[in-house]
Amino acid sequence: MSHNLKNITLKIWRQDGPQAKGNFETHVIDEITDEASFLEMLDILNDNLVHAGKEAVVFDHDCREGICGTCSLMIDGQAHGPQRGTATCQLHMRQFQDNAVITIEPWRASAFPLIKDLMVDRSAFDRIIESGGYITAETGGAPDANLIPIAKTVADAAMDSAECIGCGACVAACPNGAANLFTAAKVAHLNRLPQGQAERFSRVETMVETMDDYFGSCTNHGECEAACPKEISIDVIALMHKDYRKAKFSNRKDLARK
Amino acid sequence: MAQVVTSQRGPVTGTATRSKKRRPFLIDLYSTAVGKKYVMGATGIGMMGFVLFHMIGNLKMYFGAADLDHYAHWLQTLLYPIAPKGYVLWILRGGLITMLLLHLHAAYSLTMLNRKARPVKYQSARDYQIANFASRTMRLSGLVILAFLIWHLLDLTFGVVNSETGKMVVHEGDTESVKAVYDSIVYSFQRTPVALFYVLANVLLGLHLFHGAWSIFQSFGWNNPRFNKWRRAFATGFAAVVVIGNVSFPIAVMAGIVA
Repeated sequence: MSHNLKNITLKIWRQDGPQAKGNFETHVIDEITDEASFLEMLDILNDNLVHAGKEAVVFDHDCREGICGTCSLMIDGQAHGPQRGTATCQLHMRQFQDNAVITIEPWRASAFPLIKDLMVDRSAFDRIIESGGYITAETGGAPDANLIPIAKTVADAAMDSAECIGCGACVAACPNGAANLFTAAKVAHLNRLPQGQAERFSRVETMVETMDDYFGSCTNHGECEAACPKEISIDVIALMHKDYRKAKFSNRKDLARK
Repeated sequence: MAQVVTSQRGPVTGTATRSKKRRPFLIDLYSTAVGKKYVMGATGIGMMGFVLFHMIGNLKMYFGAADLDHYAHWLQTLLYPIAPKGYVLWILRGGLITMLLLHLHAAYSLTMLNRKARPVKYQSARDYQIANFASRTMRLSGLVILAFLIWHLLDLTFGVVNSETGKMVVHEGDTESVKAVYDSIVYSFQRTPVALFYVLANVLLGLHLFHGAWSIFQSFGWNNPRFNKWRRAFATGFAAVVVIGNVSFPIAVMAGIVA
């Protein structure tokens, strides 16, 4: 296998702690192969740093196969880097030119306080999930898989929003630091399915109001959709706004019929 | 054994300002960002209706001075004699002022919320993918339109900066005099800087509508894949109609078509 080797200059955000003053640090990576993932490139950088007796760059990562939502990084001004529909871990060095200067920054939002270097605390998302991201289910034996008929289009649409891995790219990419795409994806996932109907309107109400405690507001730029590694459409935001409107204006005694 | 880790960072701060307590329904709804966007959209629809009919009404100037002045007189005496002259117009104006104030307040408080949501800006350049020029400049275009609105009222409604506004004229075949709206418009647009400011403000109004008229659908949750393409077409068409109509007036005056 032939290897295309590239020399890369990195401008990486370094910050000792939440209160410390941060700054960009420049590092050079020589002869990185095209096949390396972005995080493998950072592993190599950290190896070099540790060998030189310096402190490694702290960044979040876990599954490295695009399904856990742990990796983050603002790469050249884009959340998860320049490739659409891809988390940072699935981004490869073939996406960059030889001698490129790559700028790496952490997600920035007041709800995502910086822990160290490129790592931020995304537990504000957990607060939103806690407030309504669940359904009531009967306990006992496992129900038959096809007990509740669900139209294929509905199941597919619910799956499209259930794809959300909660990485926070939507908040990071949003010029307003809003979390409407994340919250709406979770709302749409459950509100579209029959199993989610019991809490449909209380869910959207509590989740929207919890979101409000941490994040900015949606002004319909659409940047979140472009940054989302799962390419979740802003259509789900409209669905959330619609269900919130219904939750607020409808006669709650009639809600099951809406 | 579970290990207790004392974190040196504070609690996640976010944008929350006060504890939750239930307030009257509309205030409660308005206190959320999503609720403010409903207000933004609803007042936007109201003001869109106004700019469209304002433009259509002004097209009367192409039929001549008498037509436009009679139209203005009709507005002044709307529902007369059941309502005294001018009352209905002021009720409508009251509605417009309320909508404008709500629109401004929602915009202001959402902007403050958004600043609080990202107190530390990105230190490197952002590379926006979808956000268009119109959506990125809503605040700027809105402020220029507001400044224009103030000038426009001083010019053609209250006549503070226009000596022709408020003068009366008796048209051929009339028994009573009506306000000479046509003459004051012609006088206003014969001043080139005024005409240029008018054109600039209306182009920015078009930009504001291009994003705003589309954004309303998202804010209210009117989303259906079957019709989603029409939302953009509607916003573009609406903005284009309003801008072309409005911008034609100063051009017509400067070109001598309306004189």
